[in-house]
Amino acid sequence: MNHTSRTYSKADAQWLFKMAWRDGKASGKRLVLFMASIILGIAAVVSIQSFSNNLKENITIQSKALMGADFVIDSEQLPNEKVQRIIDSLGGQNAREVNFVSMVAFPNSGATKFMQVRGIEGGYPFYGTLMTKPISAGKKYQRNNGALVDGTVLLQYNVKVGDSIKIGNSVFPILGTLLSVPGSTGIGASFAPSVLIPFHSVEGTGLLQKGSRIDYNYYFVAKPEQDLELLNETVDPILDAERADMDTHTETSERLGRRYENVGRFLNLVAFIALLLGCVGVASSVHIYIKEKLRAVAVLKCIGATRKQTFLIYLIQIAGMGLLGGLIGTVAGLVLQQLFPLILQGLLPFQVELSISFQAILMGLTLGLFMSVLFALSPLLSTWYVSPLQVLRIDEQGSFASKKARLWVLAAIVLFTFLFAFWLLQNWQRAFVFVVGILITFAVLAGFANLFMKGIKKYFPSSWGFTARQSLLNLFRPNNQTTVLVLAIGVGMFLISTLYFTKDFLLAKANLENNEQSPNIILFDIQTEQKEAVVNSILLDELPVISTIPIVTMRVHSIKGKLANAIRLDTTSTINQWIINHEFRITYRDSLISSENSVEGEWPSVAIAGEPIPISLSDNVARDAQVKLGDHMVFNVQGVIMETVVRHIRTVDWGRVQLNFSILFPKGVLEKAPQFHVVTTHAPDEATSATMQRELVHKFPNVSILDLRQILSLIEDILNKISWVINFMAFFSILTGIMVLIGSVRTSKYQRIKESVLLRTIGARSKQILRITALEYLYLGLLGSGIGLLLAVLGSQMLAYFVFEIPFTPSWVPFLVILPGITFLVLLIGLGNSISVLRSPPLEVLRKEKS
Amino acid sequence: MAKILNVTHLKKTYSSGSKELTVLDDISFDVEAGDTFAIVGPSGSGKTTLLGLCAGLDQTNSGTIELCGVPLNTLNEDERALLRNEKVGFIFQDFQLLPTLTALENVCVPLELQGNKNAKKASMELLKKVGLADRYHHYPSQLSGGEQQRVALARAFSNQPSILFADEPTGNLDEETGEKVVQLLFELNKEAGTTLIIVTHDLELARMNKHILRLKGGRIMANERTVEA
Repeated sequence: MNHTSRTYSKADAQWLFKMAWRDGKASGKRLVLFMASIILGIAAVVSIQSFSNNLKENITIQSKALMGADFVIDSEQLPNEKVQRIIDSLGGQNAREVNFVSMVAFPNSGATKFMQVRGIEGGYPFYGTLMTKPISAGKKYQRNNGALVDGTVLLQYNVKVGDSIKIGNSVFPILGTLLSVPGSTGIGASFAPSVLIPFHSVEGTGLLQKGSRIDYNYYFVAKPEQDLELLNETVDPILDAERADMDTHTETSERLGRRYENVGRFLNLVAFIALLLGCVGVASSVHIYIKEKLRAVAVLKCIGATRKQTFLIYLIQIAGMGLLGGLIGTVAGLVLQQLFPLILQGLLPFQVELSISFQAILMGLTLGLFMSVLFALSPLLSTWYVSPLQVLRIDEQGSFASKKARLWVLAAIVLFTFLFAFWLLQNWQRAFVFVVGILITFAVLAGFANLFMKGIKKYFPSSWGFTARQSLLNLFRPNNQTTVLVLAIGVGMFLISTLYFTKDFLLAKANLENNEQSPNIILFDIQTEQKEAVVNSILLDELPVISTIPIVTMRVHSIKGKLANAIRLDTTSTINQWIINHEFRITYRDSLISSENSVEGEWPSVAIAGEPIPISLSDNVARDAQVKLGDHMVFNVQGVIMETVVRHIRTVDWGRVQLNFSILFPKGVLEKAPQFHVVTTHAPDEATSATMQRELVHKFPNVSILDLRQILSLIEDILNKISWVINFMAFFSILTGIMVLIGSVRTSKYQRIKESVLLRTIGARSKQILRITALEYLYLGLLGSGIGLLLAVLGSQMLAYFVFEIPFTPSWVPFLVILPGITFLVLLIGLGNSISVLRSPPLEVLRKEKS
Repeated sequence: MAKILNVTHLKKTYSSGSKELTVLDDISFDVEAGDTFAIVGPSGSGKTTLLGLCAGLDQTNSGTIELCGVPLNTLNEDERALLRNEKVGFIFQDFQLLPTLTALENVCVPLELQGNKNAKKASMELLKKVGLADRYHHYPSQLSGGEQQRVALARAFSNQPSILFADEPTGNLDEETGEKVVQLLFELNKEAGTTLIIVTHDLELARMNKHILRLKGGRIMANERTVEA
């Protein structure tokens, strides 16, 4: 036989799989640990992806139930003739609703509450269910002129079915507990819970007066053959011109879907970070695994295996591990998904029916396979370059993988990460920012870790005791995974702390200063003739009246000479439509308040008779209306046309819980215009606030009262819920870090045993060895979480400065609770996994490990 | 008789830092098929390097090596691996069994690489021949040094090689076990008619071969035919 004629081995693919299996079987335990790193990441990604898909499907399936009808026409005023004609031409509405927010009172308990009053007529909802207790209440409340009241409110104020509720001038018997109503979102419902009464009874409450923001909804059930999209395209522009709007159930659900999709994408990215961390763990473990296999690879080459064959044997092993990890992770993810409705309780406006998402399963398996192979490729390449000469105890130079090959692998990893991020975000730029952000975070963490290690080497604390020095030296042992561990722990700590700080300063921004000069109660919808009486009532309660703010409603009539209707019809106009459709609530004053800062022009500006009135615009209104200083705008102030000129532009910090306005008029212009007033006061405690609210609601039923402390606690509650969800995902990074840690401890076990045996041989006591091990993990935990926390402080500082524009003082919780907590966890896991080594007699351990 | 190995003016150098270290210089010899051939010399004389070059594990700087009629310098790494798989067997000082494979699986590998469908049966027979019929499913770590070397012998003969390279085959064994392994090696070699090339320190073992090549400082000191063999 001519040897050179055969350039391929006769061993087939089956043999490669057989070899991979034989070798993998004996290395089982170690491979299981590799898998664990990837399982958690996959579980996180799959659970989020599957839940997001379910959410999307549910929104589509439940779109009619979410609206309660096929389409709705809504308006902030009673329909004018034209709108009414459209409603009639559509066969007349099937149900109608008028809703507004108002104070309600529970006469039995004397409590008052800010609620959304919904007056309904007809069989609404036509889709989905109005869930009440008793069930019959939902059918009876219109006929029996009763009310259905939000269950949480009833519970909170200890009010029962059968008691009564006072809304404005009318008292209604509570016929049932309102458990759920279509379209009521979780967050919105917490601010102003719903109370349902019959439509015809709303007038009698006396609350439909000027000043109150009132919405009228006309619900329709479409005919089966009706093309809703076409109807919307035809009718909506006509309605827009009449300050009404049409929404179809598909349009609304798409809008809702987009909102939740964004949340889903964000959570997916957090999960993806956990997966990336797991992959870094895989790369590191495979590196050590393959290093130990190089001798076997050399033997195989010696007895005739080709480079391709030896490479493929280990590639198959890693791919199999990745696929299995992907499979287990996917199953875990689908199980985990069941928890999401519980975690997201209160944030979703509907019940989510969970189902298995095949897209998520496919993604989990593919990700498991691709990510593990991609991240293992670099260490796997060593098998290609190892020389068979190694079996003869000759260390040949150049048996390492070429730099070029490693660069290609690195490029493939970055490309894959980018493509996956793009798939999640559907936006090139965001995907790019994400990848760059990840690279920077990882690089900074790894850089810090390396810098620290170099620092220790250079300034080694020689004066320390033996155990402290020895444990520090352990961080440099051969095959150490210090950098990988610091990276894993650091990223987890960084995520959790950043979230904590962000939540912290968002709350601080919203928080009130607790002094008598800062209002914490706002009374609004006060009619001009009531103003004095309301102020007196507050003063009688010995509470201060901090400010009375007049409010005038108006709409844009024209901008720079172009009429609102013309702008509306002009398809080339880039003026934001909300500007011309919105009913602005403006005030007049000659000064700026603390949440406002001048950008251009001067305020106050004096109005001169016969000339356009100078006004001040918030920067967002100026931007959306596309006006600058000196431009003219005409407003329709309840029938009176007023010409104005933009004389001042200012920024407004809308995040502050206080009354902010987008448009300011100077004093001396609007004093005689129809207006209502807002009065602010400061109640030192909740009891005083409740007494004052009871009295005011009794005397002035139309006046609504906002207790800012309650709102703040609601904001806090919502932020807590959101951060709990995000923390839940960030915890996966920590868990992955733990898996990498366990993997690392196991991988270096033999090395540790040798050290331990050596130390014992030269006379070290078990206690000393235990202390060395404990200190080593303490350093690792402290280093990882310390760097993560430092980065979080820097990141949050930047967020606070550039995005939220507020001073940032880090709270102590991450320093005193999270950092020690994570360090302790690392210490516990490290020691837990080393304890068998520490307890057993050295020779026994060595024998066991060798076999 | 036909030449199975022909080495002409072989030179091998390694670079050590900025210096070039000549390990073998102007080495020429040949080995006839079926011969037994020992390479001896003090530590650092280049014995193992010569063995590696002859078996196609490494490439020469100059000179030629013809193994089984094929000039090794015309083959790339994978072609040399295939040649080894077909024509060459190996015995190493530290056995070099694959630790994650059982004794039987270790013997099977060279045959499986050839695509031999009867690899298992043939390997079992070989293991029986070396006295390890009861150790098929034991992993190397569960075997003694002598047993491991016997598995290595079975593996080396499994692909019925034309030439067998043995690097200090008794170096890691005690005297008694070493003698038994050597005896088994020569028996199997005789039976299969394989050419045997042994690198050793052990002059007694060297004298059991028909030829002894003495190396010192990377050069041939002598190429003798022994009386005993």
